[in-house]
Amino acid sequence: MSIGELFSLLLFDYTLRTVALGTAALGAVAGALGCFAVLRRQSLLGDAIAHAALPGIGLAFLLTGSRATPVLVLGAALAGWIGTLFVLWIVRSSRIREDAALGIVLSVFFGVGLVILTFVQRRPTAAQAGLETFLFGQAATLLLRDVLLIASLGGAALVVLALFWKEFKLLSFDPEFGASVGLPVTRVDLLLTSLLVVAIVIGLQAVGVVLISALVVAPAAAARQWTDSLSVMVVLAGFLGALAGVAGSMVSSLGGGIPTGPTIVLVASLAVIISLCFAPRRGLMAGFLRERGTRRRLRVDAVLADLYALAAQHGEATSHAHPVAVLRAMQERRGGLERSLEALESRGLAREVRPGEWCLTKAGVERARTLFLPEVAP
Amino acid sequence: MTETAIEVNDLTVAYHERPVLWDVDLRVRPGALTAIVGPNGAGKTTLIKAILGLVSPAAGQIRVLGRSYREARSEVAYVPQRGSVDWDFPTSVLDVVLMGTYGSLGWIRRPGKREESRAREALEKVGMEAFAHRQISQLSGGQQQRVFLARALVQDARVYLMDEPFQGVDARTERAIVDVLRELRERGDTVVAVHHALQTVPEYFDDAVILNVRRIASGPVGEVFTEENLRVAYGGRVPFLQGVAGGASAARDSPPPPESPVDRRARPEAT
Ligand SMILES: Nc1ncnc2c1ncn2[C@@H]1O[C@H](COP(=O)(O)OP(=O)(O)O)[C@@H](O)[C@H]1O
Ligand SMILES: [Mg+2]
Repeated sequence: MSIGELFSLLLFDYTLRTVALGTAALGAVAGALGCFAVLRRQSLLGDAIAHAALPGIGLAFLLTGSRATPVLVLGAALAGWIGTLFVLWIVRSSRIREDAALGIVLSVFFGVGLVILTFVQRRPTAAQAGLETFLFGQAATLLLRDVLLIASLGGAALVVLALFWKEFKLLSFDPEFGASVGLPVTRVDLLLTSLLVVAIVIGLQAVGVVLISALVVAPAAAARQWTDSLSVMVVLAGFLGALAGVAGSMVSSLGGGIPTGPTIVLVASLAVIISLCFAPRRGLMAGFLRERGTRRRLRVDAVLADLYALAAQHGEATSHAHPVAVLRAMQERRGGLERSLEALESRGLAREVRPGEWCLTKAGVERARTLFLPEVAP
Repeated sequence: MTETAIEVNDLTVAYHERPVLWDVDLRVRPGALTAIVGPNGAGKTTLIKAILGLVSPAAGQIRVLGRSYREARSEVAYVPQRGSVDWDFPTSVLDVVLMGTYGSLGWIRRPGKREESRAREALEKVGMEAFAHRQISQLSGGQQQRVFLARALVQDARVYLMDEPFQGVDARTERAIVDVLRELRERGDTVVAVHHALQTVPEYFDDAVILNVRRIASGPVGEVFTEENLRVAYGGRVPFLQGVAGGASAARDSPPPPESPVDRRARPEAT
């Protein structure tokens, strides 16, 4: 299938359009809220909430006998929320650190969830069909009313995020200063975490418990590379999350039974890799170029220093030329001598008197003085 | 004006049952610059945090301007230790300084034109106005410290609590910060600062609190900054210099090299 056909499907195929809308919405919400989790170094929090939500899904089904999305989402949200309260409680009342507490809650709740799901599946009714898709997600199961639920809950979460923007920013940057000016840190933390719970549980059906946290962490990590502004980062992460959601759900909707979660993770990871490599300033590539530039400048300065030292020995700084071979002998293992000399020439600091013989210009002497004299001076 | 800016009675703070402050009594004179000194782990940061209500004490009472911290909050400003935040956080200098207005803004309301002009004024006071839109990760240690100071100035408080405001700054920044502190004192404000460099205490501060889990001494620098007290606090290995103990004049005359081990026999007894 060509890209063009894919896009026409996206525009005109009702099912695919519905699915894409849903995953775009949940990707945007997860990406935006994920920024705060990433900046607060709570990348594991999303994972813990998602895994903690699983028993909620099973219990909600067992108690109500319904597998309507709102029921299951509510169950998931309650369980996820209780899980995060457990984390807070463990951290406060013991000496266990937060990452360990997150790990404990994650595995215990997830284990209980698996037991409940297995129990549900053994029951001889047909109604439970499909609960296991919550593990790895199946975006194709999204109906229009699911999408509306995702959009309204996610939209509400984003509105709250916008309202309490300054409180969340202060909480994330400097919670102790926040507390000193009267910010109720615990409550604001709980509110922000609750929003993250919402972002995660609306994505469970489409993306699955196991991998939804990638949609929380990856877009934020990618977006961080491109900007130094929190608001730009949040918008960009939302956009990348939506993109990953749509791309992932489309691929998995094309058939072949590919679950949505892994596909979305692949797309989001690609965004992270590209961002890590190619982002200006923070990217690896930019760092490499910067370092090469610095090294080259240092090499040029070293040649300038050598010429200056030679000139200091011989006097007649700007007329007595020195062969390249001498300079090479002084340079020991530092390559690129010709290129450095050319760089000096193009900056008017040195000139080639005869082929292969160089000396400083007046400007070069001046430059060398400003660069090296302070160190040479007694 | 109240007679004491900060009053601490019988304060005990413990982390995991290990006391880091033990039965500390303290009175901070209003309108003075007070230094808190003591070795690493003495509980200096903990004392500041306890005054700010950031750690809950096992015992004791704290009054700020004669009231509880909650009631006095709008008149207290805080400069945390520079290393307590992630300077790679995606935000600008102006944004950080604006956080000093959040307390008076209340919920949901965003800082507007008025807050921004106050923030710029504070940046000007610390000589950072040209950096308003700089990303904070691009600041040097001294610049970070000045940004935190500007954020506290925006709070427009009467009591300023500062945790190592001179840590990692160059000489020029140190002078700029000292100037700001003196300006605050001239306005009648109270400044309490954790300070590491013992040799500058007599020059910069009026009063000193010498702390090591217990309060060893507190009062005017000239009275409490004695070799005896410092030796008790630092356990004999005083990371300081001849001539510090005993008063400001001696310290200004001959600053010996820092961190030199104390030679007890050679040291002339200070009075
Ligand atoms: N959150 C904490 N949990 C456990 N111990 C702590 C905590 N904060 C500080 N401490 C311990 O309390 C003691 C005093 O710390 P602190 O007040 O930071 O000292 P100072 O600021 O004088 O260097 C130190 O031994 C430190 O290890
Ligand atoms: Mg400290």
